[in-house]
Amino acid sequence: MQGFDVTAILLNAQLAGMLVDGFLVTLIIATGSWLLAMSLGILLLVIRLLPSRIASHGVRAYVSYHSNVPTLVQLILWYFGIFSLMPTTLQEWLSEHHAEATFAIIGLGLCQAAYFSEDLRSGLRSIAPGQEEAARALGHGYVGTMRYVMLPQAFRNALPALVNHTVSLFKNSTLAMAIGVAELTHAVKEVENQSFRTFETFLIATLVYLACSLVLMGIGAWLSHRARPVGAR
Amino acid sequence: MLAEIYHIVRDDWLLLLIGQYPNGPLGGIAATLLLSVLGISLAFPLGVLVALARISPWLILRAPATALVYTMRGVPLLMIIFWGYFLVPLLIGKIVPGFVTMVCALVVYEAAFLSEIVRAGIQALPTGQADAARALGHSHFSAMRYVILPQALYNMMPSLLSQFVSTIKETTLGYVINVPELTFAANQINNRLLTKPFEVFFLLAVIYFVVCWSLTLLANWLERNIAAKRAGKGRTHEAISNGTPLAAEP
Repeated sequence: MQGFDVTAILLNAQLAGMLVDGFLVTLIIATGSWLLAMSLGILLLVIRLLPSRIASHGVRAYVSYHSNVPTLVQLILWYFGIFSLMPTTLQEWLSEHHAEATFAIIGLGLCQAAYFSEDLRSGLRSIAPGQEEAARALGHGYVGTMRYVMLPQAFRNALPALVNHTVSLFKNSTLAMAIGVAELTHAVKEVENQSFRTFETFLIATLVYLACSLVLMGIGAWLSHRARPVGAR
Repeated sequence: MLAEIYHIVRDDWLLLLIGQYPNGPLGGIAATLLLSVLGISLAFPLGVLVALARISPWLILRAPATALVYTMRGVPLLMIIFWGYFLVPLLIGKIVPGFVTMVCALVVYEAAFLSEIVRAGIQALPTGQADAARALGHSHFSAMRYVILPQALYNMMPSLLSQFVSTIKETTLGYVINVPELTFAANQINNRLLTKPFEVFFLLAVIYFVVCWSLTLLANWLERNIAAKRAGKGRTHEAISNGTPLAAEP
C-alpha cells in the first residue's frame, strides 16, 4: 500500500491532464444541457399557458414522463434505443461527431426541462392575481404584462428551485459516463486504474464536484439576495 | 413494435420481475424495490438525527451535520457509490456484494436529503408549539419527541413518499457497478436479443414510469388530504395555519 500522496496525481502531467480533460467535458455537458433545458422549459411553460387543453395535457404528459422515469434510463433509451431507430446516414454522421456526448446533452436537457418548466410555473402561480389585473389596468397588453410584471416575479419566486435543479443537473452529468462519455467520473476511473491511487483520485474528483456545486449554490444565494423585493430585508 | 415488446414481456417477465432468483441473486423489479425500501428505511432514522443535529442549539452537533448535508447535496450519487465500493470493504475487512455497496451509498445519500425534509417539516410548525411545550416543562429533547416530531412527521408524509420515488430512480445507478436490479435485467435481455434495443429499453422506461407514477399520484393525494386536514384545523385553532412555509434553500 502506497502512502497518501495527492501530488502523485496532480503533478503527473498525464494523469492530471486526463482529469482536466474529463472536467472540461463535464462542463460542456452540463452547460449544453442547462441551456437546452432552460429554453425548452420556458417553451413548455408558454405552451402550457395557451388556452388549449390539448396543449396543456401534452405538457403534463411530457413532465410526468420525464420526472417519473430515471434519468439514467432516459439516457440509455436515447443512446441505445432511439439512436438505433435513426436513418443510417444520420447514425454514421453522429458516430463521427461525438454521438454519446450529443445524446447525453439531449437526454439530460430534455429531462431537466420538465423540472425547470414546473419550477417556473409554480413561480408564476405564486404571484398574487392582483398583480396581473393591476398591470392590465395600467394599460399593459398581455405581452407587456408578462414581460414587465409577471415573468420577473415568477423568476424571483422560482429562483431557489431553479438553483436546486441546476445543481442536480450538474450532478446528473456524471450519468453520461454510463453511455461512454469521457467526462470527469469516467476520467477518474481511468486515472484510478492507471495509478492505483484510489483514495487520492476519488478525493480530488469529490472536491472538484463539491466546489462546483457550492459555487452554483453561492451564485443562487447571491441572485436571490439581489432579486429580493425593494423594502424586504 | 408493440408485438415485439409483447414477446419480450412474454419470454422474460420472470427475469424482469425477480431476476435470476432462486438460481442466482435476486434481481429485477423485486431487487429495485428492496434496494429502495432498505435505503429509505435505514436512512430515515439517520435523517431524523441529522435534522435534529442541524437545528440543535449546540454548534458541535450543528457543524458536522451541516457539512454532511452540503457534501451530499454537492457530490453526485455515482461518486458516493464509488466511495462505497472502495471504502466499505476496507472498513469491514472483506469483499461485499454490489447490492450491499448500493444500500450503504443510498443510506448515506438519502439520509442527507431526508434530513432536509425533516428539518423543513419541523421549521414549518409554528414556533408557538415549541414554546408551549417548553412552558409546560418539557426539555428540548422531550419537546421534540412528544410535541414537534409527531406533528412534523405527519405533515411531511407526502415529501417522504416523493423521496421514496427519487430513491427508486436512483437505484438505477446500481447498473454502473453491476448490481442486479431492473435496469441490469433489461440490459441482460438486450445483450441476448442484440437487435431490439429500442423495444427493450422502452419497456424498461414504461415499467419505471408505472411504478413511480402511481407512487407520485399517491403522494399528491396524501398531500391534498393532509392540506385539507390542516386547513380544517386552522378554522378552529387560528395559530396552526400561521406556520410560514419554509422557502427551499438555494
